[in-house]
Amino acid sequence: MAEPKTLPGANGKRYLLGRVFIWSLLLIAAVLYLGPIYVVLSTSLKDLAEIRAGALLDLPHEMNFAPWREAWSQACIGVRCDGLQPYFMNSVIMSVPSVVISTLIGALSGYALSLFHFRGANIIFALMLFGCFIPFQIVILPMAQTLGYLGIANSITGLIVVHTIYGISFTTLFFRNYYVSVPQELVRAATMDGAGFFRIFWHIMLPLALPIIVVSVIWQFTQVWNEFLFGASFTSGGSQPVTVALNNLINSTTSVKQYNVDMAAALIAAAPTLVVYIIAGRFFVRGLTAGAVKG
Amino acid sequence: MSNPRQRKQQMSVLDRLQRYLPQLVVAPPFLLLVFFVYGFIAWTGIISLTDSRMLPSFDIQGFQQYARLFAMDRWDVAFHNLLIFGSLYVLFALMIGCLLAVLLDQHIRAEGALRTIYLYPMAISFIVTGTAWKWILNPSLGIESYMQKLGWESFQFDWIVNRDMAIYVVVIAAVWQASGFVMALFLSALRTVDEDIIRAAHLDGASTTRIYIGIILPSLRPVFLSAFVILAHLSIKSFDLVVALTNGGPGYSSTLPANFMYEMAFRRNQIGLGAASAMMMLATVAAIIVPYLYSELRAKHHG
Repeated sequence: MAEPKTLPGANGKRYLLGRVFIWSLLLIAAVLYLGPIYVVLSTSLKDLAEIRAGALLDLPHEMNFAPWREAWSQACIGVRCDGLQPYFMNSVIMSVPSVVISTLIGALSGYALSLFHFRGANIIFALMLFGCFIPFQIVILPMAQTLGYLGIANSITGLIVVHTIYGISFTTLFFRNYYVSVPQELVRAATMDGAGFFRIFWHIMLPLALPIIVVSVIWQFTQVWNEFLFGASFTSGGSQPVTVALNNLINSTTSVKQYNVDMAAALIAAAPTLVVYIIAGRFFVRGLTAGAVKG
Repeated sequence: MSNPRQRKQQMSVLDRLQRYLPQLVVAPPFLLLVFFVYGFIAWTGIISLTDSRMLPSFDIQGFQQYARLFAMDRWDVAFHNLLIFGSLYVLFALMIGCLLAVLLDQHIRAEGALRTIYLYPMAISFIVTGTAWKWILNPSLGIESYMQKLGWESFQFDWIVNRDMAIYVVVIAAVWQASGFVMALFLSALRTVDEDIIRAAHLDGASTTRIYIGIILPSLRPVFLSAFVILAHLSIKSFDLVVALTNGGPGYSSTLPANFMYEMAFRRNQIGLGAASAMMMLATVAAIIVPYLYSELRAKHHG
């Protein structure tokens, strides 16, 4: 847009008033977005007496890290009392292979799909696209049966398989949409030189695709780490991912409610994806918006 | 040893393999998709026509599970909640996201920082969001008691434990989480608007507000449509937020269809009923997604 100062009506009192209005709305919004994380963080550092005094929005009197230690390694979840730590590790063990495998498969099949020009290629594309939108309630019953049949029910391996399978639609489409925008001359020139499918993929397309690899990895990681339905449906006890364990901790009714420990646990569960977002926010946004400009 | 003719034939087999290689590479993941998405949809569809309870049976009985479903108050509440939650969630997320994008488009120096703040909720899980809002909104120690202690003694905000209002709490938390995403969508679209048109309108004496309402926002219709479709289908899939925030309560007053399905399938051994409700969810999603995908793909093909 043009510089505001060069525009008619863009100077003087009215302009200033407009700026004040815009800035106050933006700052109110910022406070509302930051509010919950501030409350959660400050509650996690208070002791229980301070919390019971009911000063929700006040800063903690002193930094008290005991709730964090308890949330990480001592809080009771179900029958076990070693905190969120084992479930956090479950989520790490679950996420890494799911992300890597689904991104690799997506990179290769997305490239192949971008080369399709025959009739019916659009149908394959549409079927994959629809697969990104289905409510997973529609697959959990047969999936529970299948995991049992394969002998990987109630295991992290089972969750890795599930996340990989349902991630492929997304990763394939990320890569496919990226590759169709790569100039065809590059591929044609390489074909002239006698390079085959895999050579072109490996030496030309994959190095070009670095940004979309980052997008795919971040997207998949966020999805898998934050996922709850599969974890709650297919695992119990010691093989649960961190989201399910967090929910069990929050909703346990057995002991005195330790709100500070609950809040520390919530922040621990949220930390990995938040860190990824802060470090690589640009790519995170691209993954989100790629979902809106499919096709 | 081989004569030229044989070599030529070998070449052509390799050539042909090379030509079909893309199809061969796509085939395995595509078959996985056909089996694990469309095969499983068929499986659930068949189970929804049986009287399966704890274990799936394949003895087709007809549409009795659907009849049971529609007769249940619990399903009625869940579907009614979806209508309330879905429409308010989509409406407010669109409005707030669009407003923030337009405001951020006014040459704001701290744009990067503000954008990061508005969008971070999208990076955390619904369970964490639910946990945070459940704590803030709990009447005994949360924002209600805080306001009362500040001296505003008549302040009341007990929606989370109120049968009639609990679903609106879910709306608040969900809008908080998703509006930044809508903002990001609109902001990237606003950056592609042709500056010359805006400059010309300015020279004609149109105010900034009028330019946005009259020219820019109408040109963003495709973004409105995409955002609508994504938000609407997310609202139908909403599950974890309710679990963490209200656990469907008080009673079952704030359950959504996704929670109903989980309850029937995994807690009450009503697999047939769960499958029927899952099919209803799929049908609702399809009613939104299929026309959208159809028009998008057609436009791509002919445009």
